[in-house]
Order: sequence, then structure tokens, then C-alpha cells
Amino acid sequence: MGPLGALLLRDMRLSLRVGGGALMGVLFFLIVVTMIPFALGPDLALLQRIGPAILWLGALLASLLALDRLFAADHEDGSLDLILMGRTPLELAVLAKALAHWITTGLPLVVATPVLGLFLNLDLTAVGAVALTLAVGTPALTLIGLIGAALAVVLRRGGLLLPVLVLPLTIPVLIFGVSASNAAIVGPVPFGTPFLVLCALTLMSLVVGPLAAAAALRQGLD
Amino acid sequence: MRLRLTASGLAVVRGFREVFSELSFELAGGELLALTGPNGAGKSSLLRLIAGLVRPSAGALALEGGDPELSIPEQAHYLAHQDAFKPALTVEENLRFWVRFAGADEAALGEALAAVGLGSLADLPAAFLSAGQRRRLSVARLRAVARPLWLLDEPTSALDAAAQDRLAAIMADHLAAGGLIIAATHGPLGLAGTRELRLGQASPETA
Amino acid sequence: MPLIDLANPTRFLALTQRLLPGLAVATALAFAAGLYLAWFVAPDDYQQGATVKIMFVHVPAAWLGMGIWALMSLSALGTLVWRHPLADVAAKTAAPIGAALTFVCLVTGALWGRPMWGTYWVWDARLTSVLVLFLMYLGVLALWRTVEDPARAGRAAAILTLVGAVNLPIIKFSVDWWNTLHQPASVLRLDGPALHSSIMTPLLVMALAFALLFVTLHVSAMRNEIMRRRVRTLRLMQAGAA
Repeated sequence: MGPLGALLLRDMRLSLRVGGGALMGVLFFLIVVTMIPFALGPDLALLQRIGPAILWLGALLASLLALDRLFAADHEDGSLDLILMGRTPLELAVLAKALAHWITTGLPLVVATPVLGLFLNLDLTAVGAVALTLAVGTPALTLIGLIGAALAVVLRRGGLLLPVLVLPLTIPVLIFGVSASNAAIVGPVPFGTPFLVLCALTLMSLVVGPLAAAAALRQGLD
Repeated sequence: MRLRLTASGLAVVRGFREVFSELSFELAGGELLALTGPNGAGKSSLLRLIAGLVRPSAGALALEGGDPELSIPEQAHYLAHQDAFKPALTVEENLRFWVRFAGADEAALGEALAAVGLGSLADLPAAFLSAGQRRRLSVARLRAVARPLWLLDEPTSALDAAAQDRLAAIMADHLAAGGLIIAATHGPLGLAGTRELRLGQASPETA
Repeated sequence: MPLIDLANPTRFLALTQRLLPGLAVATALAFAAGLYLAWFVAPDDYQQGATVKIMFVHVPAAWLGMGIWALMSLSALGTLVWRHPLADVAAKTAAPIGAALTFVCLVTGALWGRPMWGTYWVWDARLTSVLVLFLMYLGVLALWRTVEDPARAGRAAAILTLVGAVNLPIIKFSVDWWNTLHQPASVLRLDGPALHSSIMTPLLVMALAFALLFVTLHVSAMRNEIMRRRVRTLRLMQAGAA
């Protein structure tokens, strides 16, 4: 097993073993989606119409809130020092950590979507569309959030600062994620157009996220 | 070719304060450099500088005789107070991760744990280890992954007499194999042929 | 103990001390000319009446709001690549001015929107993009205020600024796409080729005046920031020597 596989395995093991890192995100997602009908009223037709938006917003918040410990824990116990010294390029190490984080927090959100879709009276097509767009879009959220997580280490400050810095950057992902879901349900644009843009955004963040996060971690050295 | 680490004119500035400046030394394979001096003299900063974790504001470092493809930090071990072990993973999982991350051979793992006397605790989560046992696990990492340059920050802290002897033996092995050690220390390390670099002499302008 | 890298800032202070009065006078003259042209030369719009004159403040503020982010991105490169001590200062002091101008753009947009759309705010593509830009300015300001050590904050802000520079065009594109999906085209169209020179000239003079205002404010703010950092350094030295 190579260094990156080792890092991936360690991070996944840690988030499964340490007090519900993975489950916490899903739980938060569930609670947010449950809260919204209390605010809007139990109008099933309305919930059905804005269901994709609710699910996307819930997933966006859930995947960002779990991020601020991504590098902070490694920084506090000295692991980050050794990762920085290692022979593996930092960008790839950061990417491995992001992948582990997505598998343990992003993927469960995608899996939970059909269940939550039932609460919002979404039909099969809608649930499928939302789950598919989340599967493609949540990696972008994790990768963009990576930058915030790295900045949180440099600044030695997490908490609210991270979402304040990161959320504006996720606007395009939100727009095209929700648009693609809605396009599959009601149109008028074909599903493919916004969905392909969403894929492009994910690929772009695959490059920008690790590069910027690694740069931030290196800058934060001294 | 014999290893030789050369530092010339190093200076470190932290938050506008100069920790040290004009620091030069040379260290050849098989030699141990003990960094001494009062707290805040810059012992840890110097180790972190060599480990590539602190940027020097002036000066240069060079390692001759090492792997020319690799930087100095990539050929170094850094042992510090923060030991980079996760409490939720077992002793063996912790060590195995760092061995894999370094791309080293996992076969040396059991031997390294035995060398520091942790062989019987391999399946215990690291959370249950005492400070001294965690420090011994750090020493096992030195042993399990071969690196020519060891940077040790207070390696003997929290170790009892028997463990200190074991550490001295492991360090002596490394030196005998032509390795380099730079250790920040308060007490004696119990090794012959130790050279000393004293940091933090009263600088004239602070008077 | 050497004072680190004060050579360049010192030359900057000396140079700008001579330049500042001239800049201030030029700014005043440009505003005088621009306001005269805007009020007395530019015609009222046949539909919007005198309301259209808000444009002479709104549009330059929008241009500068975007331009200042570009300037901050250049400074960010200066911080990260060349570690130039002034780059950091330039980026830090430009951010509040950029935020203020973006805010002016939003407020004037809302005031214009009230008679045009009958409401202060519509989720128009341009306004929404500027709102996002404003939020990102606030993020950078929050970041600067969070961290005590200016060098550390500077590098973090530089990375955020560059990431923002990459993202802002994407955000703009996304918002435009989102807007066409949800709403008919905006009333506020300035990019048509039909702008008459009686409007274009005052607009350009006002843009020049705003740009000069920015340069004047930015240079003074940079001078203040350099002196603030010197005071900080002296205090740290005082503490270190005690």
C-alpha cells in the first residue's frame, strides 16, 4: 500500500472510529430537512416543489460544518508536520484526505437522500435526480471546503469563519446542482446542460482545491 | 560518500523577534550535535528549520552525500512533543501508518516495536499509553523507517532510566551506521563523542 | 536588532508624501468636472428622468469594486511569490475601500431600482453578482481582523483573494445563467452600443474621478498601515528588550 492509500485508510478509520464523524453529518442533514416543514408548513405540494433546493441546502451545510477539523486535528497532534516533511507531494496528500472525508461524510448524504426525499414527497425521478447531482456535486463542496479548512489551520481559528469564507465560493455548485435537479423534474432546460456544468465545476475544484489548500498549509508553516 | 550537513549563517525571525542569527555549524556522518541553552533560545526553532517547517530569514543548509533527488526534510526524522499518534488507533496501526506513509518496508515494524519494549502492547489503542510509552513509540518510528538525519526535540523527556538506556543504544546504532543526529536537550544523552552547540548567549544589543 | 525590510516602505513613504497633495487636488478637480458634466451636460433620460444620473455614481463604483479585487489579486501574487513587504500592505488597505465602493454600488442600485422596478431589491444578475462580490470582500475583511500577526493573516488573505479571483468569473457566469432561467432580461442595460457621447463622456470623467479618489485613499491608507506596523514592531522590540 502506498503513502496515499495509507493516508486514505487512516483518515477513514479515524472518522468511523472517533465519535460518529460520519454519522454526525447525516444526522445534521436529517435535522435540517426536518426543520424546514416546521418553518414552511406541511404543504406537501410546496415541499415537493422546493424539495431539491431543501436537500441541496441541507447537504451544503452538512458537508461544510464537518470540515473545520479536517486539518486542525492533524495540526494539533503534529501529524501535519510529518505529512509536510514527507516524500509525497502535499497536494496529493491533501487530496487523499479530501477523498477520505468525502467517503465518510459526503457519500452518506447521497445515500440518505432517498429517505429524506420521501419526507418531502419527491417522486422517483426527483429523488434520482437529486441523489445523482449530490453524488457529483458534494465532492466539489468538499474540495472547495478544503481551502477553508487549510485557512482555518493557518489562522488558528475555525468555527464561523470557515463557512463565511467558503460559502460564497460554493454558489455556482449550488446553482447548477439545484438547476439540474429541477430540470429533471419540471424542465424547461434539458437535464444534461446544467448537469454537465456541475461536472465541470467538480473537475475544476479538483484542481483548485488541493492546490490552494496545499499552498495555504505551506504558507502557514512559520 | 560520508554524509555532511552544513549550516551557514542561519537566522530565524518569529513575529519580528529574531530568535537567533548568524548560526553556522557542520556535522559529519556518525556525529551527534547536542543543542543546549535556556528556554526560548531557539533549540526547537532550529530543529523545525532543518525539518523545513520554519523558513529561515537568512542562511543556507546543505546535506552532502545524501540522496540528491530528495530535500533535507525528506531525508529526516523529526521527533517532537507532538508525536503525531492518534489515540483512537492501536499502537501497531499508528506505527504502520507512518511506515506506509514513508514508503518504507513494513517488515521492520515488529522488530522496531520490540526494540522499544512495546511489542506486547501492539493491539492496545494509543489512548491507553502513558507519556513515556508514547515517547517510546516515537522512538520506534525512528527505528522502523530508515532516515539518515534524526532531529530530536527533548528525546529523553518522560523516559525512565531503562528506556533512556535503550534510546541511547538505538542512537548509538544509528551513529555507528553513519547517520547524523541533532538533539535539543537539557540533560546528558549518555553518548560518547557528543558535540555541543550552545544557543542563546546574551546578545549585546539586548543589554 | 535589524528593522526588517523597512528600506522599501521608507522610500514609499518619502515618495508618497510628495505625491499625495497633487493626487488630492487632481481628485477634487476630476469630481468637479465630472459632477458638472453629469448635472448640466448629460441629458435626462426620456423614460427615467433625472434618476438616470445615479448611473454616474453606480457604474464607476461597480467598475472599481471589481478592479480593486483584481489589484488585490496582483498584490496577493506579490505576497506569495515575491514576499514583497508592500504587497501585503497594499492588499490589506485596498480591501475596505473595495468593500465600501461595492456597497455604494449596491445602495445606488437599490435606489435606482425603486422607481424602475417598484422595489429596492430584485434578484437581477448584475446586482446579485455584486452582492456576492461584497460578501467576499467582507470575508477577506473578517479574515484580516481575526488574526493578530499581520504576516500570517496576509498570506492567508492572499490565498483567499486568489481563489476568489478564479471563482468570481465562474460565480458571475453561474448567476447570469441562474437569472436567465428564473427571470426575464434585466431593465438595467448599459452594455448596449447605443450610449450617446453626452452620457459616455461624463461617465468616463466620473470613473476617472472615482479612480483618483481610490488611489488617494489607498495611498494614505497604505501610509497609515506602514506606520501602524512600525509602531507594532517598536512595541514588540520594547517588550523583547525588557
